[in-house]
Amino acid sequence: MAAKTLIIDGKEVSAEEGATVLQVARDNGVKLPTLCHLEGVYDVGACRLCLVEIAGTTKLLPACTTKISEGMRITTDSDRLRKYRRMTIELLFAERNHVCAVCVSNGHCELQTLAYSLGMDHVRYDYIFPKWNVDLTHRMFGMDHNRCILCTRCVRVCWHIEGAGTKNVAGRGATSKIISDLNQPWGDSESCTECGKCVMACPTGALFNKGTTTGEMEHDRDKLEFIVNAREKQQWLP
Amino acid sequence: MQLDDLNALVAKHVGARKKIVLRTCMSAGCMSSQADVIKKNLEAEVKAQGLEADVEVRRVGCMGFCGQGPLIGVDGLSAKEKLFEFVKPTDAPAIVGSLKGGACDVQAGNPDHPFFAKQMRIVRANGGIVDPERIEDYLAAGGYQALHQVLTEMQLAGVVEEITKSGLRGRGGAGFLTGLKWGTVAKSAGAKKYVVCNGDEGDPGAFMDRSVLESDPHLVLEGMAIAAYAVGADQGFLYVRAEYPLAIARLQTAIKQAKQLGLLGGGIFESPFNFNVDIRIGAGAFVCGEETALMASVEGKRGTPRPRPPFPAESGLWGCPTLINNVETFANITAIINRGGAWYAGIGTEKSKGTKVFALTGKIRNNGLIEVPMGIPLRQIVEEMGGGAPAGGQIKSVQTGGPSGGCIPAAYLDTPVDYESLTKLGSIMGSGGMVVMDDATNMVEIAKFYMEFCMEESCGKCIPCRTGTAQMFHLLEKITQRRGTARDLAKLEELCDMVRHTSLCGLGQTAPNPVASTLKFFRAEYEALLQPDPHGPRANGSVKTAEAVTP
Ligand SMILES: Cc1cc2nc3c(=O)[nH]c(=O)nc-3n(C[C@H](O)[C@H](O)[C@H](O)COP(=O)(O)O)c2cc1C
Ligand code: SF4
Ligand code: SF4
Ligand code: FES
Ligand code: FES
Repeated sequence: MAAKTLIIDGKEVSAEEGATVLQVARDNGVKLPTLCHLEGVYDVGACRLCLVEIAGTTKLLPACTTKISEGMRITTDSDRLRKYRRMTIELLFAERNHVCAVCVSNGHCELQTLAYSLGMDHVRYDYIFPKWNVDLTHRMFGMDHNRCILCTRCVRVCWHIEGAGTKNVAGRGATSKIISDLNQPWGDSESCTECGKCVMACPTGALFNKGTTTGEMEHDRDKLEFIVNAREKQQWLP
Repeated sequence: MQLDDLNALVAKHVGARKKIVLRTCMSAGCMSSQADVIKKNLEAEVKAQGLEADVEVRRVGCMGFCGQGPLIGVDGLSAKEKLFEFVKPTDAPAIVGSLKGGACDVQAGNPDHPFFAKQMRIVRANGGIVDPERIEDYLAAGGYQALHQVLTEMQLAGVVEEITKSGLRGRGGAGFLTGLKWGTVAKSAGAKKYVVCNGDEGDPGAFMDRSVLESDPHLVLEGMAIAAYAVGADQGFLYVRAEYPLAIARLQTAIKQAKQLGLLGGGIFESPFNFNVDIRIGAGAFVCGEETALMASVEGKRGTPRPRPPFPAESGLWGCPTLINNVETFANITAIINRGGAWYAGIGTEKSKGTKVFALTGKIRNNGLIEVPMGIPLRQIVEEMGGGAPAGGQIKSVQTGGPSGGCIPAAYLDTPVDYESLTKLGSIMGSGGMVVMDDATNMVEIAKFYMEFCMEESCGKCIPCRTGTAQMFHLLEKITQRRGTARDLAKLEELCDMVRHTSLCGLGQTAPNPVASTLKFFRAEYEALLQPDPHGPRANGSVKTAEAVTP
């Protein structure tokens, strides 16, 4: 494949034909925020965080789906881009119920990390506080729609890596929702192979392994009592 | 079938026509007022009054003056056509009686009314004249001659050249040069190519495409077949929304009849050219009119847009080069082939050629469908053809382009209707919705209405559109309920800018237009609703960037 040279944030770099702007940026140590991008599955250009400025077009283009071309001049960071990125994150926080303090992902959430790095010290939009439920019907996993940002990473891994086709998007606009099979409780899904790839893919606390959520940890006091009894009373049966 | 056989068929059909024709509009507008019963009653009455030898009742498509419907046109009685308006099923005896000179108190229409006289009918030439369910009628009006000419006399490149010469621009909204698009698809490498006709028409207030499909389905099919020949496609899809059952039924009939005569299907006009058309019915999502979402829907997937490039011309349906055009765009093709690209380019303005069909609605005397040459001043449409606002009202603004467009204030009524002039005013040509508003209209409410529409129709894929429109709607609601402050207005404006520049597809990118254009021309109406800021004058509308705050 032919090599192409291009300029990214003023630095001349070369890359293979067919590469995306995002790949080239990452290969060259240029940091770009992303949410819907996930290594290993195809890109959909949905979150709009990786938008960059490209000389010669007034449109902002998503780095994850834009292929490089010879002589391209890319700007990945500007006041305008930062402003839009921060607004995007603020909109997400106002959209559903992201209560970090009680979230399974607190401290290792891509949304939270992005909010920090983009300097989101508060949300200027009114919180919408929609009513969403939590699906705990599955034996191993749970889905909290309050934390979902509709990045569709779970859908893509489910279809294109696992090949199960359990996860899907239903509805439109702000009422869009990740569903299992034909909008059934996840636990009733016949196609789910319980592989857990969607949980691995999720950037937030929307999908989680059961037993790891805040408040779910049970203090096994009986075990202490058992040990003490065994040691002091030589009593081995509970 | 060869051309000679076809001409013989037409001669027979024309020969069987009767002296007097009662044209009964059976398009959706008049059908909603019992046009089907009217037609049945007229037929019975012709029989009862013994006029069968001389009079025929013909089903026709929309005549345009839908606001005055149901309409009946009478040909062959006098030199000039006669028109009856607001016809009721019980009017049949009087109308038929009048053919013999009897008295008739059914309201007579005026075929010389500016509503008709100022029109220039290319796309709608057959509307209200031919029977949309009889291919013979379309053939008698010169139908399928252009396809024959293209197949027998023209090179592929010649067809594209003719369309390019005409200067025709896509009528689906964006106004992309049709010849350029055809040329790109023709040049794209690929053994399989597709032609898609976009009949999704989801703008509130728009019914141009529905009317064309209902009134003259073969015109669109012929345009598609010519396009397929020019770009090298052999399969077409006609995407129509499920809310248009009459259009779908007539298209099905038309496709069947065209196939029977060898005008669609394999070996058209006994040439090596094959072209099949299938109908795909959309479920009514506005976003499915966006070309990439439409193609996903045709492929049986969830109708959501994807980033372009690649454009459909390079990679469309199932990854193959695909030509996608609007209904009205295809409806212009036969006229351009028949009369030449140069003729077409002679109509309109320098950059906007030909005619445009508009659905004229709202606070205006004469509602209906009009086809006007590009460049006509808005004032002529609204005041002369439309007859101005109904009694007591005064026109305040004209909305074009639906939820992607804007509101043009009355002070700009002298603006010529062409792509560039409308864009300059912050509106767009759009697909042809034209809603007239009078002085009782609250412009902030209008902006809110369109924002609500966009919010509900957002596919939900990208964040700025999905949740940006929800926040903008919320802010507009706050303002209209007199709960908003100057800071809310600043937030609204900032969101307009952000959603426009970061959304994935045209829906989100243009969703702020109605707000932006009403803010531009009617800002005082917004400001009059604002409340003093309880937090004082501290202006906090701007966003801090990462540099200012180190985490
Ligand atoms: C949200 C949205 C809705 C659209 N709806 C329609 C529609 O209903 N009909 C249409 O022809 N084009 C519609 N378009 C434009 C199409 O994407 C496309 O540009 C058009 O069909 C191309 O045909 P043309 O070149 O003949 O205009 C829509 C675009 C967007 C962004
Ligand atoms: S559940 Fe997680 S991975 Fe799936 S769409 Fe929501 S946030 Fe993305
Ligand atoms: S702009 Fe709106 S309709 Fe278009 S992809 Fe984004 S969410 Fe969907
Ligand atoms: S990562 Fe590119 S749009 Fe989401
Ligand atoms: S629907 Fe009858 S005139 Fe338009």
